[in-house]
Amino acid sequence: MKIKQNSTNNQYRQWLWLLSILLFVGIFVSLSLGRYSNDPLKVLNVLLARMGANVNVDPTMDSIVFNVRLPRIIASVMIGAMLSLSGTVYQSVFRNPLVSPDLLGVSSGAAVGAAGAILLGAGLVTRQLFAFTGGMLAVLITSMVPRILRNRSNMMLVLSGIIVGGFFSSVLAIMKFVAEEQTELSSIVFWQMGSLSSILGRELLAILPVFVICSSLLLMLSWRINILAFGDLEAQTLGVNVRQVRSIVVVCASLLTASAVSISGTIGWIGLVVPHLGRLLVGSDNTRSMPLAILIGSLFMLLIDTLARTATSMEIPLSILTGFVGAPLYAFLLYKQKTRLE
Amino acid sequence: MSVQMQLEQVGFSYDGSRQIFQGIDFEVNAGEIVCLLGPNGIGKTTLLTCMAKLREPNQGRILLNGEDMAGLSTRDVARVIGYVPQTLQPSFDFTVLDYVVTGSAPWLGTFEKPNAEHYERAAQALKQMEIDHLRDKAYTRISTGELQQVSIARAIAQQSRFILMDEPTAHLDLGNQVKVLRLVKGLAAEGYGIVLTTHNPDQVLLLEAKVAVIDRQARFHFGNWQQILTENLLSDLYGVEMRLIKVEGIQRELCVAPKL
Repeated sequence: MKIKQNSTNNQYRQWLWLLSILLFVGIFVSLSLGRYSNDPLKVLNVLLARMGANVNVDPTMDSIVFNVRLPRIIASVMIGAMLSLSGTVYQSVFRNPLVSPDLLGVSSGAAVGAAGAILLGAGLVTRQLFAFTGGMLAVLITSMVPRILRNRSNMMLVLSGIIVGGFFSSVLAIMKFVAEEQTELSSIVFWQMGSLSSILGRELLAILPVFVICSSLLLMLSWRINILAFGDLEAQTLGVNVRQVRSIVVVCASLLTASAVSISGTIGWIGLVVPHLGRLLVGSDNTRSMPLAILIGSLFMLLIDTLARTATSMEIPLSILTGFVGAPLYAFLLYKQKTRLE
Repeated sequence: MSVQMQLEQVGFSYDGSRQIFQGIDFEVNAGEIVCLLGPNGIGKTTLLTCMAKLREPNQGRILLNGEDMAGLSTRDVARVIGYVPQTLQPSFDFTVLDYVVTGSAPWLGTFEKPNAEHYERAAQALKQMEIDHLRDKAYTRISTGELQQVSIARAIAQQSRFILMDEPTAHLDLGNQVKVLRLVKGLAAEGYGIVLTTHNPDQVLLLEAKVAVIDRQARFHFGNWQQILTENLLSDLYGVEMRLIKVEGIQRELCVAPKL
């Protein structure tokens, strides 16, 4: 039987393999790069020793690889995957290729939470908890507005997101205004630019369950997400419970975004650009473009974060780099797609 | 048992105070075509959406094979009734096959994805509509006429016994209109029950269909076209003089407006 055109099916498999291999190579290369040493052989020895091989190991290298570089690399890969996946899902469900995961106000809410923690003089963990709570609170309010106004259309939800996002931005502005300039204000500003420089293993463990559960749920729903992308009416006539599926999808995608943002600060562009890249490579069918977006996003974020920590003697905030790379890339993608966007 | 859809004194209101229509009472059997006529804004599409359980009527009831539709899930209804909307609003450039295979949705669990069999069924539906060549094209980049056919193909892939079409010939040129009508007739011959709305009473004559009319006074008429379509009713319906003329060469009557 000649089902889904074989050529594109093969193409999809090839992309999956190619990107997976690239990701593994990328992770190894990134493990080898850093201020302490740039020697891949040393890293290889460290890895082999951990796997039980009898080789000479530099103990400092071991500690750096496993306590500093690896957590950070895993974090970047996970965050790239989370933001790209939720971007893809948001664009499909809201039927709009210009949508990013901040659509429902997650980022502004998280920023307010983080700024609140900074003003209270709380530590890193509290800051992350506050950011996560702020992000989810913003989404909650956003999803309640259409209910209160008794208009549950998609457009109402988007407008509500703009309203809530705008409101939280103003709250953030007040916090910045009253913040002490040298310490608190700069902390808030740096948080908003995004960084993974102080990431710890236990933070990864905290967001891991969210990552695993929400990503799996979304991947399992990928075909239903296709149906939502055809429009509410279409979905209803096919017997799909639109409200239920959309709620699950929006909650999962928001949890992913809020978790990512809470440990890294806001990181722009990636959730907007990567979904386009995925669709360009394998078409709009979400059963393919979602897995691909996860891989591309991971790779993209790995590259960005490796650049951020190695390119100069200073840490470069992530949003600066994602903007420099993402914006021109987005322009290029729009150029490639111009015939499709009408 | 042949499948049947019965509407019993159905009425609908958006706000609970003003009735859009009421007293709609007719039935559709497998293999029948029913054309829904009425002036603009009288509620033809609303009635069609009630029949697809997209909206709940506030009066009367709709029976599907003897069962009250109010008690059925939207999924159960979707297994029997396919809906072809007037226009699709494409967003992303899915392929035609990706679109048609969504017809399997009522037959799949929430977390299930279509398998080879479902894709095969979708491909068959495209063959049946003779639009096999469109299969791998983006559905955002085909003509309105083709999109209409693709949409009907999806209803076939859905394995529904009834197909509701909201103005299937709107936006189509004359050639495509006749093609779609011929297709509708073919589907009915295969045993599908079809309900379609139209603004052109001449199509009823072309299809030799049953007619359901909601007139300007919101009264409901139903029957064979010979009984219902009179010059008086048509003239009243559209607010201009209408004539029914027997034309020898084409073996049918023609519904037209006289010289202006």
